[in-house]
Amino acid sequence: MTTGPIVFTLNGTHRALPPGTSPTTTLLDWLRGPAGLTGTKEGCAEGDCGACTVVIEEADGARVPVNACLAMLGQVHGRALRTVEGLGGPATPHPIQRALAEADATQCGFCTPGIVMTAWAHSREGGDVHDALAGNLCRCTGYRPIVEAMSGLHDDGAAPAPSPTGPATRLEAPGQVFHRPATLEALLSLHAAHPDAWLLSGGTDLGLRVSERREMPAMVICLSDVPEMKGLAAGPEGLRVGAATSYRQLLAVCEADSAMSPFAGLLRRLGSRQIRGMGTIGGNLGTASPIGDALPPLLALGATLRLVGPEGRREMPVESFLTGYRTNALRPGEIIQDVFIPRPPTGALFVAEKLSKRPDQDITTVGLSAVIGLERGHVSLARIALGGTGPRAERCSAAEAALLGQAWSREAVEAAASALEAAIAPLSDLRASADYRRLAAGNLLRRLWHRQTEAA
Amino acid sequence: MMDTPLHHIGRDRSGPGAALRQDSALKHTTGEARFTDDLPMPAGLLHAALVLSPVAHGRLAPIDLSPALAVSGVVAAIGPGDIPGRNDIAQARRPQEHMLAEGLVEYWGQPLAIVVGETRDAALAGAAAVRPEIEPLRPVLSVEEALDSGAFLMPPSVMTRGDAPAAIAAAPRRLSGLFHAGGQEHFYLEGQIALAIPGEDGDLVIHSSTQHPTEVQHISARILGCDHNRISVQVRRLGGGFGGKESNASWVAACAALAARRTGRPVKLRLGRKQDIAATGKRHPMLFRWEVGFDETGRILALDATLAADGGHSVDLSAGVVFRSVTHALNCLDVPAVRIFGAACKTNTVSNTAFRGFGGPQGVLLMEDVTHRIARSLGMTQEAVRERNLAGGENDEATPYGQKLEGDLLRRVWAECQDGADWTRRRAEVDAFNARNEVVKRGLGSFVLAFGISFGILSMNQAGALVHVYEDGSIRLNHGGTEMGQGLFIKIAQVVAGVFGVPVERVRITATSTAEVPNTAPTAASTGSDLNGWAAQLAATTIRTRMAELAAAEWGVRPEEISFEEEEVFAGNHRMRFGELAHRCVQARVSLSSTGFYRTPGLHWDPVALRGEPYFYFSYGAAVAEVELDLLTGEHRMIRTDLVQDCGRSLNPAVDRGQIEGAFVQGLGYITCEELWWDDQGRLRTLGPSTYKVPGSRDVPAVMNVRLLEGAPARADTIFRSKAVGEPPVMLATAVWNALRDAAGADRLDLPATPERLLMAARRGACGQQS
Repeated sequence: MTTGPIVFTLNGTHRALPPGTSPTTTLLDWLRGPAGLTGTKEGCAEGDCGACTVVIEEADGARVPVNACLAMLGQVHGRALRTVEGLGGPATPHPIQRALAEADATQCGFCTPGIVMTAWAHSREGGDVHDALAGNLCRCTGYRPIVEAMSGLHDDGAAPAPSPTGPATRLEAPGQVFHRPATLEALLSLHAAHPDAWLLSGGTDLGLRVSERREMPAMVICLSDVPEMKGLAAGPEGLRVGAATSYRQLLAVCEADSAMSPFAGLLRRLGSRQIRGMGTIGGNLGTASPIGDALPPLLALGATLRLVGPEGRREMPVESFLTGYRTNALRPGEIIQDVFIPRPPTGALFVAEKLSKRPDQDITTVGLSAVIGLERGHVSLARIALGGTGPRAERCSAAEAALLGQAWSREAVEAAASALEAAIAPLSDLRASADYRRLAAGNLLRRLWHRQTEAA
Repeated sequence: MMDTPLHHIGRDRSGPGAALRQDSALKHTTGEARFTDDLPMPAGLLHAALVLSPVAHGRLAPIDLSPALAVSGVVAAIGPGDIPGRNDIAQARRPQEHMLAEGLVEYWGQPLAIVVGETRDAALAGAAAVRPEIEPLRPVLSVEEALDSGAFLMPPSVMTRGDAPAAIAAAPRRLSGLFHAGGQEHFYLEGQIALAIPGEDGDLVIHSSTQHPTEVQHISARILGCDHNRISVQVRRLGGGFGGKESNASWVAACAALAARRTGRPVKLRLGRKQDIAATGKRHPMLFRWEVGFDETGRILALDATLAADGGHSVDLSAGVVFRSVTHALNCLDVPAVRIFGAACKTNTVSNTAFRGFGGPQGVLLMEDVTHRIARSLGMTQEAVRERNLAGGENDEATPYGQKLEGDLLRRVWAECQDGADWTRRRAEVDAFNARNEVVKRGLGSFVLAFGISFGILSMNQAGALVHVYEDGSIRLNHGGTEMGQGLFIKIAQVVAGVFGVPVERVRITATSTAEVPNTAPTAASTGSDLNGWAAQLAATTIRTRMAELAAAEWGVRPEEISFEEEEVFAGNHRMRFGELAHRCVQARVSLSSTGFYRTPGLHWDPVALRGEPYFYFSYGAAVAEVELDLLTGEHRMIRTDLVQDCGRSLNPAVDRGQIEGAFVQGLGYITCEELWWDDQGRLRTLGPSTYKVPGSRDVPAVMNVRLLEGAPARADTIFRSKAVGEPPVMLATAVWNALRDAAGADRLDLPATPERLLMAARRGACGQQS
């Protein structure tokens, strides 16, 4: 364990922050305050508007946009970062800065620096422009000029700035310690010794507590440097995904795996590129949110977890792990090491559906994932999982039972959908009423039949 | 139809009509543009935070601020008793509206006190430590309840023509309807902020993100109990306003001013997003009830309608909003006998305020609901019913309040829009698609708009400008309008550059300041260019006249013979650089500085009879929208939109196109995804972008054809015959409402049309139920 200053590369320049700098200060507050770099804006402080977007330059050349409002200094310790000031100024603008200005892609200009950084990352990462822009809100232009400008960008070919070497694993400030354990062993011993410490993975949820609620945790244990939690291996049966693997990496693997394409479709609607650049599947499981976007497909596919703690390792299906409203089966001192996601059986139908008020960057109102196996026209396998319809994401055994063994028909699906509607007791809240949730959940199952017959 | 490549029009020119880009575009993209929170911190800067009410309605005991003072880093805590002037932020002086609640809290999120700290975190922690003592009372949360119990913020307006109830009773056919449109949060990306810096003798400089610097000055002076001349308000740019920084910015700035006065140090108050959404007003939700009489041809004979706006707890700008809703309730249609009852109802919610369109987006919904229902009952298309009743032609052109619409322009925008949208072919395609598909349906909808331009309050239709020409021929421009992204600064600079015949780069655009141009109106009601453009034109023309007189005397020609073009001044064979003439003027002791002042001519209004000509002119527009709706989930997507907007002779087609597209998308949010949700205790639960969903890039129609009406210079004497464009295109998104109802096959569809409302509406439609 080494103690030292917070270090990172900022706009190509090595920075070592003064002793005493709080490692849980958000990157945004530090940029706009001590660093005097006010180009990066605060629009919401909850990771949803993108005005604070900055880019992490990965050693492999990847450009990962992130929300500076959610990222703590301790999290970006050891990384290379770029802000809007690091691209160019009015006298020497970067071609992307010039392109957006000339396209009339700015009106009030407050969202613009974040959009410039998103565009700079997009010029290298490619993909759909709307996927790239999902994490950036503009309230003035109506997006058309932004989308047009972003559709014609070229990668500037710039090599990534080098990250600092040998960053410390322990960061200190008055009243605070921020650990970045580099081995599983070190993590487990810290976790056992400090059960109240924040276990920080991507920080897209915990980050709100520093960004909005202005909390100052006494101890944070960051999971990002533990090699055992970072793997992502695609085998013949499925994917083994380290709990600290970002959604960005998981999405890339799922996009390349045709059997997982419905899951990829759902992951593309999970948060935004900024959120997926930081957020992890382990974090989604650990918080056990009743609407965790990625949980229904894990349940439908029969994913299993490897947990590791003072008493050793154990495996557990995700459905046993999620025990209730924001509760899970972790024992004291235990952490999620990784998750195994089986591919759906060959020939089975697999869907991962999500309803929300807005297609992009919105929390699920109702999620339904299903794996349906058919043999000689009859349902031989039915795993149907829901999110947003109860205290936890869970399978719907009533709907599964209604389908299993039946001829695959509109009537059988209707019976299963009715059983599903009868089995759930959703809540009314700001996203939707209980009535809508019940009806829409049933209809997602009905839609499966429509889509399948249309495709046939 | 040809889509004009607006990007390239006049890029090489710089006067009026040139498609120049926003003046700060490159500063925006490089992060160099300074917003209020980006200004260098003055020495000794303190930060303020607000204590907000945790309940929606209750009796408030005198507030104990000692817990805040006990927090480390807190410097001061300020309650209503600490206000040296009047605790009143009302627009009109009656009735009083408290800046900090006294005795009674009337909405969840109402400011109760200000805490000032060495850091923002200290101020926030101090504010969080205060525990207000409130004896809860039952909150009134629905506009229905307020309307039915007669809880009005001001006397309702009733606009009548003929005897509507009798004409409805006598009509061959009758229908009645009821629907509700929700509010809308502005969601300017830059939250409310002000920085107040004390100077000598009680002077105070306030940097504010406001659309109304003069009101920031007035309200701050009223709170502090000082003369207006002690307060100077400066605004370089806003990170979006949309009406949300018209009246609401004033009390935010006054809080900062009060804290600066109290501590003697500079104070910044920046509302975090959640506090901003909780404490500041929104677009008025509105409840509509109507009864209509019509004949078998679809001609509307009489209409009796109630428009009940949810004003929230106080008046704020509700009088103007209701006025505009009532005067736009018929939109572009002619109805011989009408009775429109408009009221601002009092509820225990945040006081609703200006929002782009200012009651117009609500008012114009009425006739869309009426014509939609008439069309369904007669088996006609909504378009046919609208055309049957369009003002002008065989129908009357006069609105119920007496001002005439231009029926020829209305017909022209609709015809051009319909043609450009290829309406007939696409209607058939949509019908064929729907016959083929069971659970996915498409819908086609249209809309035609007549929107009145001017402030409803006569005194607000004035503007000032201050222009200096320096000895080197460079020009400094200042006027009362604020730049919030709408491109006002570049437009006015183009006007001035045009007067002097110089490139626009010679005109230095400067921050709006009450110290340079006093007693200004807010930058609102789409009037920014109309008012300030004329004021700047007049100021520049005064100087140009003086310069021309000097040149004429030197050259022995008449002043009218002098031309100013391409940075030169000439007459016949005489010519001189513009800067040289400026130099000679200074040498000859000719003033090169002038104010300009403009007041809109011809406006009049009888507030008792509700008759007159309250608008300088009307802006027209038309829209066609196509949507696809999933009947199983209520999800929809936009397929295509065609918009035609009348901008007169556009001052800047690039800026105007941006206004049209941006306003349309904001209107799209109002119609579809932007939903404010309060719990049963009156606590707003959609306090940030994670829960309040404004449109994202994917929500915009994949095909969005935008046309500015060509060859249609304004008939009123507007600046260079241009027309205002800030607000009208918001309402063009009403076409999307019609398209969604078409797809859902539904009679009633409340707004916003979320997946839930669409699914439920489609089910009612499928069951053949009447709403």
